[in-house]
Amino acid sequence: MLSYTLRRLLLLIPVFLAVSVIIFAIIHLIPGDPVDNLLKVGSGPEQRAIIEARYGLDRPLPVQYAMWLGKVLTGDLGTAIVGRRPVADLVLQALPYSLALGSLALLFSTVVGIFLGVVAALNRGKLADQTIMTGVLLGSTVPSFWLGLLMILTFSVYFQWFPVSGARGWSSLVLPVLTIGLGGTALVARVTRVAMIEAAGRDFVLLLHAKGMHPMRIQLRHVLRHALIPVVTILALRIGWVLGGAVTIEVVFARPGLGTLLIKALNQHDYPVVQASLLILAMAVMLGTLLGDILQAAMDPRVRAALT
Amino acid sequence: MTALAQTAIIRSLRTPKGTIAGAWLLALVFMAIFAPVLTSYQYDVQNLKGAFAPPSAEHWLGTDEFGRDLLTRLMYGARTSLSVSGIAIGISVLVGMILGASAGFFGGKFDRAVTVVVDLTWSFPEILVALILVAIIGPGVTGTMAAIGVAYLAQFTRLTRAQIMAIKGETYIEASRSLGASDAYIVFRHLIPNALAPVLVSAMLATGDAIILEATLGFFGLGAQPPTPSWGGMMSSGSALLFKAPWIILLPGLAVAITVIAINLYGDALIRALDIRERLRQA
Repeated sequence: MLSYTLRRLLLLIPVFLAVSVIIFAIIHLIPGDPVDNLLKVGSGPEQRAIIEARYGLDRPLPVQYAMWLGKVLTGDLGTAIVGRRPVADLVLQALPYSLALGSLALLFSTVVGIFLGVVAALNRGKLADQTIMTGVLLGSTVPSFWLGLLMILTFSVYFQWFPVSGARGWSSLVLPVLTIGLGGTALVARVTRVAMIEAAGRDFVLLLHAKGMHPMRIQLRHVLRHALIPVVTILALRIGWVLGGAVTIEVVFARPGLGTLLIKALNQHDYPVVQASLLILAMAVMLGTLLGDILQAAMDPRVRAALT
Repeated sequence: MTALAQTAIIRSLRTPKGTIAGAWLLALVFMAIFAPVLTSYQYDVQNLKGAFAPPSAEHWLGTDEFGRDLLTRLMYGARTSLSVSGIAIGISVLVGMILGASAGFFGGKFDRAVTVVVDLTWSFPEILVALILVAIIGPGVTGTMAAIGVAYLAQFTRLTRAQIMAIKGETYIEASRSLGASDAYIVFRHLIPNALAPVLVSAMLATGDAIILEATLGFFGLGAQPPTPSWGGMMSSGSALLFKAPWIILLPGLAVAITVIAINLYGDALIRALDIRERLRQA
């Protein structure tokens, strides 16, 4: 298990490098020359050369990349163009908000999704199943930011149960978590339902019935345990999606966080901030996926066996 | 293939869900194409005196903050949203099929290279891939199309590759080869046509997701720039007016939601009609 974890961690290094090259390239691929913005009107080629030398822009691209990566790895993410603050500060300030939102939403969709999936599978073909599955289809097709706005209108404006926006206290987390969580809930519920129905048809279940075990006990103790394996797989694959959802929903609820930071920076062409937030988000996705894979290996002996 | 497509469309329309979803999609495309004929208003002419008008005989869905007819803007918005998503997915499918088919057919180093890159993008949420692309290309229609195209490329490449891998060992491929068929002939004559149905259906379902992605980018202010109406852009300008005039934001969101649900329902009907649910899972 430990060697597997270590190997997976080592495998992340080339992925990280590939992602960092793409993100580094952003600043060179955008139209326009960043030096133009820093030059005073009427300055000549000497001033340009000075500025280029100061930012290392006169070196070959691979050298520039190495310099940039070295700085990133030591925690120096540059200075924001708007506001002139260290980017690392901005990102560190935003990160906890996004992590809290993302992990709560993941927890919500796991618990509620598995519960709904089990209820649907146990009542297969009946009204409860059909209601849950219709709700799940609606939940997964409605654009999440629109759902968020609907929630604000209903629960914040009309009923005034929760704050409209911001991040003060737990009550401000309820609607964003619900909005992100519902999309994931749909996926988890669907996978759980199919896996439960599939597992219930296996021979060992027949044997348990023949032994005279209580049907409910069979379903919850044996069938559900089998059904959880594909659920964990899909959750492992989709951990990153929760963070992606957080990006969108933060903007809707005007919550501080990486998403809000990124979208604002994109609109203001503040590229150091864009690069840093994309890099952190990408890393969070990679680590999340890794965590999911390890969890899956820990849960399923067959996956472990296939790995060693 | 055309015969199969015909049967699939006829069969998919026989179910009530398929009929309703198909009718909505057809009506929507019709509205998008004939928007200038269907409405006497212009999408960008402001009339500040008539701003925030509730629905009436003149403005069926009311007006927005600049007094522009909302139904008109929704119809023109359908043009932007549908064409941007549709074209982007179309290009993405084409490239994905070429990549996936060559990777699956030739195998070896090329296959491994494609698989590594595809798996890399596959593990990132589409919105993140899209935002990276928008950061590189810049906001607007081009950036959005590139973002959508690249975000879904991995899906189509994986699916095509899986289909090709599943078919290429079949006896009839061997028979064709022994009759002297060239690689290109086998790929274009046998492999791609056989892989086409699942890939095209998944492309249709992806168009639904792409419409949401386009709307999300538009909502962030990164999509089609004003005054060009797009559903996401309308919601972006409407979000500041959520409390004053909620219908400005609710209507385009509803349009997105209904369209995406219709695409999913119709896609589901097609999957049943073609009996390809298992093949879609292979990716």
